Amino acid sequence: MDNFMAARSQMALSLGFHIIFSCIGMVMPFFMAVSHFLWLRTGNPVYQNVTKAWSKGVAIFFATGAVSGTVLSFELGLLWPTFMKHAGPIFGMPFSLEGTAFFIEAIALGFFLYGWNRFNRWFHWFTGVVVGISGLTSGILVVAANAWMNSPAGFDLVNGNYINIDPIKAMFNPAWFSQALHMSVAAFAATGFAVAGVHALMILRKQNVNFHMRAFKIAAIFGVVAAILQPLSGDISAKMVAKRQPAKLAAMEAHFETKPYSPLIIGGIPDVKNKKVDYAIELPGMLSFMVYDDFKAPVKGLDQIPAADQPPIAVTHYAFQIMVALGMIMMGLGVIYLIALWKKKSWFEKHWFLRLFIWATPIGFIAVEAGWTVTEVGRQPWIIQGVMRTADAVTPMPGISYSFYLFTAVYFTLSLAVIFLLYRQIKMVPEIYDKAV
Amino acid sequence: MIYVVIVFLWVALLLYLVMGGADFGAGIIEMFTSDKNKSRTRRIMYNAIGPIWEANHMWLIIAIVILFVGFPVIYATMSTYLHIPLTVMLMGIIARGTALTFRNYDAVHDNMQKVYNKIFVYSSFITPLFLGIIAGSAVSGRVDPNATNFMDAYIYSWLNWFSVAIGFFTVALCGFLAAIYLIGETNDEEERNRFIRKARLMNIAAVVAGSVVFIASVKENIPLVQWVFGNIIGVAAVSAATISLVALWYLIAKGKRFIIRVLAGFQMTMILLTTTYKHYPNIIILKNGGHLSLIEHQGAEKAITALGIALLVGSLFILPALFYLVWSFQQKPDGEKSEVRSL
Ligand code: HDD
Ligand code: HEM
Ligand code: HEM
Repeated sequence: MDNFMAARSQMALSLGFHIIFSCIGMVMPFFMAVSHFLWLRTGNPVYQNVTKAWSKGVAIFFATGAVSGTVLSFELGLLWPTFMKHAGPIFGMPFSLEGTAFFIEAIALGFFLYGWNRFNRWFHWFTGVVVGISGLTSGILVVAANAWMNSPAGFDLVNGNYINIDPIKAMFNPAWFSQALHMSVAAFAATGFAVAGVHALMILRKQNVNFHMRAFKIAAIFGVVAAILQPLSGDISAKMVAKRQPAKLAAMEAHFETKPYSPLIIGGIPDVKNKKVDYAIELPGMLSFMVYDDFKAPVKGLDQIPAADQPPIAVTHYAFQIMVALGMIMMGLGVIYLIALWKKKSWFEKHWFLRLFIWATPIGFIAVEAGWTVTEVGRQPWIIQGVMRTADAVTPMPGISYSFYLFTAVYFTLSLAVIFLLYRQIKMVPEIYDKAV
Repeated sequence: MIYVVIVFLWVALLLYLVMGGADFGAGIIEMFTSDKNKSRTRRIMYNAIGPIWEANHMWLIIAIVILFVGFPVIYATMSTYLHIPLTVMLMGIIARGTALTFRNYDAVHDNMQKVYNKIFVYSSFITPLFLGIIAGSAVSGRVDPNATNFMDAYIYSWLNWFSVAIGFFTVALCGFLAAIYLIGETNDEEERNRFIRKARLMNIAAVVAGSVVFIASVKENIPLVQWVFGNIIGVAAVSAATISLVALWYLIAKGKRFIIRVLAGFQMTMILLTTTYKHYPNIIILKNGGHLSLIEHQGAEKAITALGIALLVGSLFILPALFYLVWSFQQKPDGEKSEVRSL
């Protein structure tokens, strides 16, 4: 593997790993706050148990998220020193604020995890809420930094010098809102479905049904609401991409030809050589409508983009199709859940209903990974859209492929370890919490 | 504003050295504890560092963020030429953070604990070793932007007697800090005496490693002696550290817990002061005689201003909360601690 590919792969691996833990770190505190609240309000010990069981899982995820995030803040320089040399001061604002947010999060987590029976109960509850809010804030900030790479702002490039730097303007770049909104909602959807799925499995196995049913309901309602909002926010994102990064949009859609009534292409296999998509469903005019609210307006296709500025088409297209398809499935499941909640309470006992959610356990996270692939691969060959090419930013140090293998091995082992630990946590639920219920 | 940023950078490094150091040191102490005492040491240690572990390692992140926002050229140079030791250090951070958490949160207690302990102990050693190597390399004058081959550019930039000696010196300091910290964490007489012995051992190790640093500096032609003793601040700081060390041992014998921690922290401050004062504002010395300076190589003015404001505002939120956290976990009688542990 050449150095450049290795660096990109290592970056992708580290971010793809970190994002799972950060989603959980951002969202689980809110689930815990709800069940903690229900316990303080109703005095029902099951809710206390749910809160405690979750908080142990979260501690494991949190530590893994924290170390993988620490690694990332070094990796930006280890792999992309030229990028950081120029971009650091410009897009650094969100990172410096993020430092504060993380710090508060880490402190609040200390209070929350170790504070049982030690502080005023509502103070203790509140520290849990602070964990969630500061986690979410840090997620939004870091995504704003990423959005800057997609829609650079807050500086002028004159003869290769970056001047007139305005970090505030860079932070509130045109893409920050659409990306931060979409990411935050995605985190809730993905984590909600994943947690609900695990508890649904335990209900189906008839273990601690009371415990798991309550946990299931808390997690599912968050996931469901987010999943229904997600396509709306995705539409805002798509319009933003069309405006700022036509090449990315064209690659997402495998849209080769600029013409009126541009079709929405669903699925299919892009044939890059012959500039067509095989086996796809084409809905004429729909893409034009989605982007410009007008069936006739032509959408810029790959034919108008120089080959040297085109992202990898197949990967971007497949990733986008996967995300949207999973988004639709999650929205559908969301509707089913709401029907069950309002009209058909009996469904909660039904095997088919629980099975749907068990199958859906990983799909939110698959959609998250796919969505980031769209964003990041779709930005290629640029590391800063239109300003700096990724190939020019990479470290001069040779042999990055060894570093990539090393990181792959470490992350692979860590993933196995986390799964193993989580499995043991769940297995122990009856022994630790049964007596109390 | 640049000075605000520099002060924050220095304080973040100092706090990482003191708080993070005590934290790493706990693992180093565990390494040198006989098997029969290990589990007790471990329990005391976990109660002491568990709640603040996450917060401790934030200081490193703050320092890194300050570097890449405020001093991007320095950050980019370090991460290019010290790529390898940085990667090793990161591996250490990953291994240590996860092993610490896993061993505490694994719901089943079986042989896996042995695995976590091993990883924890070794990574507690490796991480500060390489942290020290990186710090040593920055001032050793071996970072060579004109290097034409791999070894000169990426290996000899950090692999030299001086940097490695600083690495071991850092390890010894961490162990010392942890032992001093742990003395105050237990009421058991026998336990306390064990930690006092550990502190003495680590103190000796630090003195030995410190002397090796000086010897290595002579061998590598690094004017360390002149940096440390060639100016009044250096001499004053070294003397203050030495006097406070004597006081520290006297007070340990008297059983004062709080003041010995303050003194140990004071010593670290003095050590960091001596090693940075003479160089300031240069933090990387290059092989070609040039250097990277916090003043000359600062980032754009607006970025520095924004960073300074963010740090000031941030510390308004962080410091009170952090003090309250540390303080409230100091208040507990031991009985209650073990109850919390068994939840
Ligand atoms: C639960 C996960 C999830 C789901 C169900 C969806 N997305 Fe998404 N999507 C993400 C998770 C995600 C993400 C991982 O969070 C991304 C990556 C970067 C970002 O801001 O959000 C993303 C990026 C992303 C982008 C690129 C934004 C950019 O590059 O700036 C677009 C255009 C969409 N999404 C559109 C959609 C549409 C139309 C969906 C319809 C169902 C959809 N997403 C569902
Ligand atoms: C956590 C969610 C994220 C995931 C899963 C992700 C995924 C990826 C992927 C797949 C690549 C490789 C693209 C390619 O080379 O074809 C990449 C590259 C990169 N990403 Fe992200 N990304 C995420 C968020 C971010 C954020 C928040 C930042 C910075 C603030 C960022 C900065 C970068 C950089 C610097 C590169 C390397 C240069 C490049 O390939 O353009 N990423 N990421
Ligand atoms: C979309 C991408 C990202 C999101 C949403 C995100 C979010 C988060 C969240 C919520 C945490 C808190 C820890 C946890 O809950 O497990 C976290 C940890 C961390 N992240 Fe990320 N992150 C992203 C990408 C990045 C990148 C690109 C960097 C570095 C440049 C980074 C640096 C860190 C650091 C240093 C931590 C540790 C903080 C601590 O100790 O609490 N993250 N991230």
